[in-house]
Amino acid sequence: MLEKALKGSPNYWGGLGILGVVMLIGLGAYLKQYDEGLTVTGLSRDIPWGFYIAQFTFLVGVAASAVMVVLPYYLHDYKAFGRVTVIGEFLAIAAVSMCMLFIFVDMGQPLRVLNLMLYPSPNSLMFWDFVVMTGYLLLNVVITQVTFGAERKGVAPPNWIRPVIILSIPWAISIHTVTAFLYSGLEARAFWMTAILAPRFLASAFASGPALLIILCTLVGSQTNCQIGGKAIQKLRQIVTYALAVNIFFVLVELFTGIYSHIPEHMEHFQYLFFGLEGRNALVPWMWTSQVLGVGALVLLLLPVSGRNQRVLLGVCVAVITSIWIEKGLGMVVTGFIPSPLGGLMEYFPTVPEILISLGIYATGLAILTVLLKIATTIREELETA
Amino acid sequence: MDKRKRSFLKVAGSSIIGVLGLGWVRPVTAAQVPGATRKPVEALTGKRLALAVDVKKCSLEKGCSACIDACHSRHNVPTQLQAEEEIKWIWKETYEHAFPTQAHRYTESTLKQQAVLVLCNHCENPPCVRVCPTQATWKREGDGLIMMDQHRCIGCRYCMVACPYGSRSFNWQDPRRSLGDQLNREYPTRMKGVVEKCNFCAERLVFGEEPLCVAACRSKSQALLFGDLEDPDSEISKTLKERHSIRRKPALGTEPQVYYLV
Repeated sequence: MLEKALKGSPNYWGGLGILGVVMLIGLGAYLKQYDEGLTVTGLSRDIPWGFYIAQFTFLVGVAASAVMVVLPYYLHDYKAFGRVTVIGEFLAIAAVSMCMLFIFVDMGQPLRVLNLMLYPSPNSLMFWDFVVMTGYLLLNVVITQVTFGAERKGVAPPNWIRPVIILSIPWAISIHTVTAFLYSGLEARAFWMTAILAPRFLASAFASGPALLIILCTLVGSQTNCQIGGKAIQKLRQIVTYALAVNIFFVLVELFTGIYSHIPEHMEHFQYLFFGLEGRNALVPWMWTSQVLGVGALVLLLLPVSGRNQRVLLGVCVAVITSIWIEKGLGMVVTGFIPSPLGGLMEYFPTVPEILISLGIYATGLAILTVLLKIATTIREELETA
Repeated sequence: MDKRKRSFLKVAGSSIIGVLGLGWVRPVTAAQVPGATRKPVEALTGKRLALAVDVKKCSLEKGCSACIDACHSRHNVPTQLQAEEEIKWIWKETYEHAFPTQAHRYTESTLKQQAVLVLCNHCENPPCVRVCPTQATWKREGDGLIMMDQHRCIGCRYCMVACPYGSRSFNWQDPRRSLGDQLNREYPTRMKGVVEKCNFCAERLVFGEEPLCVAACRSKSQALLFGDLEDPDSEISKTLKERHSIRRKPALGTEPQVYYLV
């Protein structure tokens, strides 16, 4: 099937070319980091995890959200998702690949990363995260290979793949749950120590992932002859609406417990996040932007205009993704460290190399997704004209 | 010829002679390995090794830093780094920061700012060990020390995230660069990208010697007590029975094994 990725329009090659340049710049920045150590980042003694781990967390959500199209299509035989499903699965493959790269660049000794397998440690959530992420990647590669291969030949997929697909549903839930447990089981960090973290992660993922899918489907529709169909888009819109509403509810629940209880160890983090603490307030404008975008998007999603007007819907989707990216990709990780367990008030700002490396990884993921979607759309176009 | 080149040639030359001349005459014995030349003595052991810090006797407040200097210089801990990248095995904190739940607004201001010695607590239930994905850090069978293998550590820093005491440091850059001449050749240096922390001087305990901080303090304020808590006759056990002591963040259930006599 890969040969389909080798013939494309100037637009396709131009796009891949730009992504390639960004990837190379990222690689250059990474070589600097590899040579000098993580000192090139904005991380510190008090804030040992930052932008990389936060991007990882956000992208796990994007990966897990494929379940929102897989489940209706395979479990409820919801036919309208027939064409979206493979896009969702490809998005999952690209997102998991990015997750793994973000973990890799965060390692102080990247060449030893396989120690994770050499010395398996079931009591470490990071070990489990590694296991479930690898498993999820394999599941999606196998599922898309088999189902899409069958579609291409015009035959029904083999029976054995169905249990594999069913397995991928709880597996998707597990990747984001385990990622939340990475944080929520630590007695040292009161900010993350809440049972709502895993459900919140899932709710925000099921809002941002399908929002991204709406954008992708629209893009695919405008660039190729593969039309996804309004019914699927409207269903996705509904999913985003429910998930976003649940996510906002979860945030409020968390804020209530954290603030009403008045335990300083819990409250200080929220104070830092939304109002700043002793003059440290780098995240405050971001967090309010996130809240405004989130609530604004929900209002628009509930109004019929987002169902009628494609542009409005696309704008809403961008707002949802931005809102949740700020929440997870900027706020959630770093705030766990501010203030530090010793009362230290250090702030964190990603450095230029850190941002270039991250952009390089995003470009890699986008390139993977572009190639996969190119293959899928070319084959579908051929099938339709044949 | 500069000094370094000359000493290199000396070492290189004598190694070649050694290998050619002596190497095959008689096999290298353990006694020739540097560091293994000391006479075997009874190791300092115990079922639950712990440290007690007598805050009243300690002279950190008066500018003494004998314990910190002894530890950091002998363990090749670079001391010239910026605050954000600092590596600390044992250091000075204010009472307020070491015991955040103990201080209140009417705490005497002298006590709030009182210097307190902090280090790895060698917890009975160590969160760092629980989260390590490669078992590069572990609780030693027998005496309960929290050990670290810097050759296995992948530098994920999960242990730093999990430690409620800020006792772990990461080598954000190559520590050897900032060590310079102060290098102690009897203790290994670390490379960039790995985590490190206090090891209760495990390398000295095997020779029956007490930790460097305790030894350094003995000739100064005698504020540090090290010993086996499972042995009811040890000095530390007796003292903890007699005097009031506190531990850092006891509510977390980590069971720190550094006790503060107040």
